[in-house]
Amino acid sequence: MVAENIFFGVIAAAMAISAIGVVSTKNVVHAALFLVVVLAGGAAQFILLGQEFVAWVQVLVYIGAVIVLFLFGIMLTRAPMHPEESLGNDLRWPAAAGSLFLAGILGALLIDTWHGTKIELDAPIRTSEVTNAIFRTYLIPFEVVGVLLLGALIGAVVLARRD
Amino acid sequence: MLLNQFLLLGAFLFCTGIYGVLTRKHTVLVLMSIELMLAAVNVNLVAFGAFHNSVIGQVFALFVLTIAAAEVGVGLAIVLLIYRNSHSADLDDVHALKG
Repeated sequence: MVAENIFFGVIAAAMAISAIGVVSTKNVVHAALFLVVVLAGGAAQFILLGQEFVAWVQVLVYIGAVIVLFLFGIMLTRAPMHPEESLGNDLRWPAAAGSLFLAGILGALLIDTWHGTKIELDAPIRTSEVTNAIFRTYLIPFEVVGVLLLGALIGAVVLARRD
Repeated sequence: MLLNQFLLLGAFLFCTGIYGVLTRKHTVLVLMSIELMLAAVNVNLVAFGAFHNSVIGQVFALFVLTIAAAEVGVGLAIVLLIYRNSHSADLDDVHALKG
């Protein structure tokens, strides 16, 4: 129990610092690399919770595909990589106040509602259980999300081709 | 492990993402902040799935992952289109519809 909490603390601290790096760094490529740390930390938390399948899907899809897409986007739009250029607008303090306000409300509500509730892990959830749920109970949402992905792919091709 | 530690981590990541969406000027960085918010939601879903000892959290997290990938694909296509038309990917330069 103690070891789990130590692992959680280390990973959560890395995720929090990297998340602040994503929204505050001045180099666009560094922001993408900080995002890699946040997503890998999320995958580590999923493994800590015994939910292995979604952890590896997160590594493959997010770190393998989405980050590469982001890097393509950065290169293709010639994003500024010089630290002297400002990447933020003049909304810094109102945005900080708003997000701190939301964080305060969420934190107070969560602590009030789930105070002291423990997660009792029996055993890691096997992949066969997940696939049974997807292909039996949630078959129609699965097919719908497949059609959505196809539509998004065709839409992206149509939008990005030059003619 | 307490349930709350995961939920508070998710809340922190979500609020950081909101800050990024509001303050960043470059379009790709705004999309990255949106990804941060979606990752925070995934942490919450998986934590509740583990709390109830069920697979439903994982299934929902997989759907969120799929939607996020589709969103990034279309979003970056739109960013490329904006860059091609106005030779800049800054959101402050996208004001063609301003009255």
